[in-house]
Amino acid sequence: MNYPFQKTKMVPVPSHSIIPERDLGKTPILECQHLGVDFGGLHAVNDLNLAIGRTEIAGLIGPNGAGKTTVFNLLTKVYQPTRGTILLDSVDTAGKTTMQINRMGIARTFQNIRLFSNMSVEDNVKVGLHNQERYSAAAGILRLPKYWKKEKAIHERAMELLSIFDMQDMANWKAGSLPYGAQRRLEIVRALATNPSLLLLDEPAAGMNPSETAELMKNIVKIRDLFQIAILLIEHDMNLVMNICEGICVLNFGEVIAKGTAEEIQGNPAVIEAYLGKKKEG
Amino acid sequence: MKKFFTSKMKKSNWLVYAGVILAFVVFQVMSGTGALSSTMEGQLVPVCAYVVMALSLNLTVGVLGELSLGHAGFMSIGAFTGAVTAAALEGAIPNSGLRLLVAMIMGALLAAVAGVLVGVPVLRLRGDYLAIVTLAFGEIIKSIITNLYIGMDSTGLHCSFLNLNFTMQDGKMLLNGPMGVTGIEKISTFLSGFLLIMVTLVIIFNLVNSRSGRAIMALRDNRIAAESVGINVTKYKLMGFVISASLAGAAGTLFALSQNTIMANKFDFNTSILVLVFVVLGGLGRMWGSIIAAATLTVLPELLREFSDYRMLVYAIVLILIMLATNNPTLKGWFARIFKRKGAEKE
Repeated sequence: MNYPFQKTKMVPVPSHSIIPERDLGKTPILECQHLGVDFGGLHAVNDLNLAIGRTEIAGLIGPNGAGKTTVFNLLTKVYQPTRGTILLDSVDTAGKTTMQINRMGIARTFQNIRLFSNMSVEDNVKVGLHNQERYSAAAGILRLPKYWKKEKAIHERAMELLSIFDMQDMANWKAGSLPYGAQRRLEIVRALATNPSLLLLDEPAAGMNPSETAELMKNIVKIRDLFQIAILLIEHDMNLVMNICEGICVLNFGEVIAKGTAEEIQGNPAVIEAYLGKKKEG
Repeated sequence: MKKFFTSKMKKSNWLVYAGVILAFVVFQVMSGTGALSSTMEGQLVPVCAYVVMALSLNLTVGVLGELSLGHAGFMSIGAFTGAVTAAALEGAIPNSGLRLLVAMIMGALLAAVAGVLVGVPVLRLRGDYLAIVTLAFGEIIKSIITNLYIGMDSTGLHCSFLNLNFTMQDGKMLLNGPMGVTGIEKISTFLSGFLLIMVTLVIIFNLVNSRSGRAIMALRDNRIAAESVGINVTKYKLMGFVISASLAGAAGTLFALSQNTIMANKFDFNTSILVLVFVVLGGLGRMWGSIIAAATLTVLPELLREFSDYRMLVYAIVLILIMLATNNPTLKGWFARIFKRKGAEKE
C-alpha cells in the first residue's frame, strides 16, 4: 500500500536519538534521559533515552508486556519515575502531577477507552476544554454574563474540534453508546481539546478494520499538520506504524532494543528476534 | 432575561421548576381553603426540608458519585445553628422572614465548614472512604450536640461543653444539652420552604450545566481520564461535597424552625439512610425523582395513620412496590416516552 505521506530525512541529536530534519533548529518537545521505573524488583522500564521533535510523528512499538504503556504512564506521571529525567520543552517535569502535566502540554488517550460514558459527546469535549476557557463556579451558578460568553466560545470550539473527525452530528449522543471506532476518535478529540504540544496515542487503531485504520492514518497526519504538534503513538498495526511514524523506538522487557527510521527498524536483527524469536542454529 | 429562556437549557429542568411551582400553588390553595387536615398542614414544611435534603444528597451521590452515609449530620448542624441563631436574634431582628433567612445562611455556612473539614482529608483518597467517614461524622455530631449547652443573657452568649457550668441571671437557655432546643418559635413557612427548594434546584441545575459541573461529573465517570485532561480532582470533589453539605444545612434550619422542639438524636443514622432511600428510589442524578420520592415517603407514614398497628408494615410494602415499579423496564420505557428523555439527557 502506498500512502502519500512525505517523510523527511532524520538526523541525529545529542541524546542518542533522531528527530526530523525540519525540527532541528528547535529544542525537542520531549526528551527522556535514562528514564526508568521499578515495580518491586522488576525493571519495568530501564534506561530509556528518547527525543521527539516538535512536529514529529513517533512510534513506540514492542511485543506485549514490553513496557510501552508504562512509558506513557511515566510521561503523564501516573507513575513517578524511579530514575532519570523527563524534559518537556526543556522544562524538567519532576514532581509534577498528572493534572499539571496536562496543563504543561501532554495529552493522551487510553488503551482501554476511558470516556465520560454517561455524558454527551459534546460534553466530553467540553471537559477537555476545561482549562482553555475558564470561568468560576459562582459565575456558572449565578449565570453571570461571563458564563454566557464563555459557554458560547466553548460550544463553538467543541464543535470545531468534533468536525475534525466529522462527528458534529453525534454531539448529543451519549458517549458510552457510540460505536467502538467513534469512541476512539472521541478520545483523540478530547485530548486535542486540552491544547497539547505532545499527543500520546495508546493503540489508536486497536479494534479497527483496515479501512478505518487507513482513515485514522490520514487523520493522524492531518492533526499533526493542522495543530503543528508532536505525536507519539503505541501501535501493534505495523502497516500504520511503518507508514506514518518518522522515528520509531522498539522496546523489549523495558529496554530499548532499537531506534531509527522505519527502514532501519524493519531490517534490524534485534527487532526481528524480539518479535519472531531466534533462528534455530544449523 | 430573554437570553435566559431562549438558551438551550434542558427541557426537563423547566418541567421540574414548573412542577414544583404547580405543587406549591395547589397546596397553598388547599391550605387556604381548609382542604388540608391539620396533620397534613403541619407536614408541609418538613416535606420541603426533606425534599431539599434529598436534592442535596443527590448532588453528592448522583452527580459527584460519592456515597455519604452521614447527611443527617449536616442537617443537624444546620438545624441547631439555625435554631440557636433565630432565638438569639429574636430581639435584634423582629421581622421573622429576615430572621429565618439569616438563620438559614448561618446554618448553611456552618454545615459548609463541616463539609470542608470532612472533605479535605477524605476526598483525596480513592474508594469508599467517604461513606465510612461520613457515617462516623453523623454520630460524632450527634454526641457533640447532645453535650453542648448554649445560653444567652444580657451579657451575651454563654457556651459550655459536657456539663452546664455557667450561671445566668436574666437569660434563657438556647441549647440545653440532651434536652435540645425547646420552645422554638415556628418561623418557617410553606412559602420559605418552597423558595428554598427553588433556590436548591437553581443551584444544582446551573452547577451541572456549567464548567465546574462538567468537571464534577467527569470525575464521577472516570477519574483517571479526568485527571489526564487537567482537572483538579480534590478541588472539584470538594466543591460538589461542600455545596451539598451547605444545602443540607439550610434544609436543617428550615426543618428545625418548623418544630416545637428538636433533639440531637432526631438526626441519626436512620435519618441519613431515609434520605438515601429517597435518592435511590427517585433515581441517582434524577432531581425530579428525588423530589417526588422525598415528598411521598415523608407524607406516607402520616397518611397510613388509620392503619394504626399495621402502619410500618404497609409502609414497607408500599416501598417494595415502588422499588419494583421503578425498576420495571416496561414502565421505564413508558416514562421515557412521556418525558422524551433521549441518550443525551444527564443521568
